[in-house]
Amino acid sequence: MIKRFVRGMDERLGASSFARQALNKVFPDHWSFMIGEIALYAFVILVLTGVFLSLFFEGSTGEVVYQGSYEPLQGVEVSQAYNSVMELSFDVRAGLVMRQIHHWAALLFIAAMVVHLCRIFFTGAFRKPREINWIIGVTLLLLGIFNGFTGYSLPDDLLSGTGLRIAHSIALSVPLVGTWTAFLAFGGEFPAEDIIGRLLVVHIMIVPAAIGGLIAAHLAILWRQKHTDFPAPGRTETNVVGSKLWPTYAAKSVSLFLAVFAVTALLGGLVQINPVWLYGPFRPEQVSSPAQPDWYMGWVEGALRLMPAWELRAFGFEIPNPFYPAVLLPGITFLLLYAWPFLEARFTKDLEPHHLLNRARDHPARTALGAATLTFYTVLFFAASNDLIAKLLEVRVETVTTIYRILVLGLPPVVGYVVFRLMKGLLASGAERFTQMPLSAVLHPRR
Amino acid sequence: MTEPNEIDDAVTERNQQKAAVRWIAIGFSVSACASLALAVVYFLGGQPQLEGTLLAIALGGIAVGLGLWASELLPKGPFVEGRKSLHDTPVDRHEAEEAFEGDPEPVERRGFLLKMLGAAVAALGVAALFPIRSLGVRPGRELYKTHWTPGARAVTRAGTPLTVNDLDVGGLLTVFPEGHVDAADSQTIVIRLDEGEYEDPPGREGWAPQGFVGYSKICTHAGCPVGLYQQETRELFCPCHQSVFKVLEGAEPTAGPATRPLPQLPLGFDDDGYLVATGDFTEPVGPGFWDRDRD
Repeated sequence: MIKRFVRGMDERLGASSFARQALNKVFPDHWSFMIGEIALYAFVILVLTGVFLSLFFEGSTGEVVYQGSYEPLQGVEVSQAYNSVMELSFDVRAGLVMRQIHHWAALLFIAAMVVHLCRIFFTGAFRKPREINWIIGVTLLLLGIFNGFTGYSLPDDLLSGTGLRIAHSIALSVPLVGTWTAFLAFGGEFPAEDIIGRLLVVHIMIVPAAIGGLIAAHLAILWRQKHTDFPAPGRTETNVVGSKLWPTYAAKSVSLFLAVFAVTALLGGLVQINPVWLYGPFRPEQVSSPAQPDWYMGWVEGALRLMPAWELRAFGFEIPNPFYPAVLLPGITFLLLYAWPFLEARFTKDLEPHHLLNRARDHPARTALGAATLTFYTVLFFAASNDLIAKLLEVRVETVTTIYRILVLGLPPVVGYVVFRLMKGLLASGAERFTQMPLSAVLHPRR
Repeated sequence: MTEPNEIDDAVTERNQQKAAVRWIAIGFSVSACASLALAVVYFLGGQPQLEGTLLAIALGGIAVGLGLWASELLPKGPFVEGRKSLHDTPVDRHEAEEAFEGDPEPVERRGFLLKMLGAAVAALGVAALFPIRSLGVRPGRELYKTHWTPGARAVTRAGTPLTVNDLDVGGLLTVFPEGHVDAADSQTIVIRLDEGEYEDPPGREGWAPQGFVGYSKICTHAGCPVGLYQQETRELFCPCHQSVFKVLEGAEPTAGPATRPLPQLPLGFDDDGYLVATGDFTEPVGPGFWDRDRD
């Protein structure tokens, strides 16, 4: 049968030599190379469950009276969007599981992209010739975060409505064009009626298409350039060592897909996420408290909370407070991410192509900088729950905020310095593993 | 002649393979059973926890089977594949450059034509941007005014107007201008303070009759409803980013990221004894924007 299939294809497409090369293509087996695949598969799960959800969701803010089977809200005026999500959650068979798998997969999608980005960063996999894929990857992260936000804004519940309110305010804060930007994006002053329908188009059509296209380009470039590899005996700049695509790697990869799907299904079935019926429908004069966004917005939320009450005002114009933490900081963050491969090449004057990866210790400065940067964003992330921490510790929120303000500026340099010394020590000691490194190597890296 | 060791190894390997085959088969059968159970659960009306768990087992069973198949039974290698340099020869590169050039003998005024083409495409691009304008209304003065007018009654969300007796000292209510209970920009928080403890800030004399003081409910930081009130400290608290506003001092922010006080609504009582606004807010409500102070 295989023979007939190959002959049939070859006679029509002349695909035999391509098929041979493709099936024999070698992929390295290192576990850390699976992280990007997890992101890919999370996206596939998002598309599969998302198609199901889109068949039921109504992107409209038109008012209806809720009459579904969730008793506490029966008779309450809600938007059609909220009504359809309630219907999905309580009256469509398997609707709730689909919704929850979709949401969990979204959290996983972005988490996997962030970890994948860290892997690429700390091993120097972004170096020439892979800068294009780095740029595509950073764009995918940006689009993923954006689509996560548009997605959880759709149900028009009290929590997401508050998020949209903040998004409108952030758009307003942009100098010069802010007012127009907010009015054009939302259709008018908040809460404008058009926004849910627009978010739906963006969320299920524009951004997913862009993500799909960029993933295709990401993989095509990876295919052409081949994987990087960790240095080891037998591995050089001119070879790749590992499993063949067919059958071993393919079986492994499909297994990984199914495993990722299984984990999200288990979470979707057993761990409640975004219970919009508890938040209630959006009302502009109400707010849920505490109000925390999805995890990947945590750093922006934390920055908004830590920003001192300060803003620029001159000549009758102003650049409002939310602009700095919610526009400037993310702008700089992604600008630096995009620029990093080129910045590093300039600093190290290293313009050669590399296929063998660095270990973290090989580039103490890069590793230290990465660790410090991660520390900065992690502190911001935790600062997004300053009110919860204050409640837990029974102290004033202002106290918690002050401590976080100190940490967000003070901790990154400390972590960076410590990591730098550790990496230097590890490099100098020649120890294979971290745990084998003598302490003296850290204290006196030069000896 | 075969060494005894090698025979042992071969036997162990065959046993390992047998074990792998057994576990793979178990994985696949568990998956099939879970899928059937999933279908039954669904047919009987569905149950979220069971659906998720059974789907996880159905997927996980195949995942385990395939994973074991790949790691135990399929060719492991390691295989080595050469890595050719990515770039082509200088000749190829030169030919590509020439191909890009396209026309080796351009007309004398090619530069001029290209400039004209550029201008035409740029103009088209600008024209194509204009439909964006259709997306929203002109901001105009929208952000500078609300639906409060002199004499507008303050009503609750249900539309009920308020008299002095509807609010005890220390109590608070969210009110809207009558006929505009959906106007998000007009939401106002009315707090009844003890007349003795409150003094009108300069320029706002008579805005808080009988201790009824009204502030815009929209946070001046990022626009959340300032929904929490602490009676002991007379502080309004925004649950989004923890800005704190001192009610007794013109709702000035004392903590958190907010930079401006909540605008105050001038209040009064009409001839029928109902709480009314005596005018609109005197400054824009809600978060700041570029030309907020332009007037």
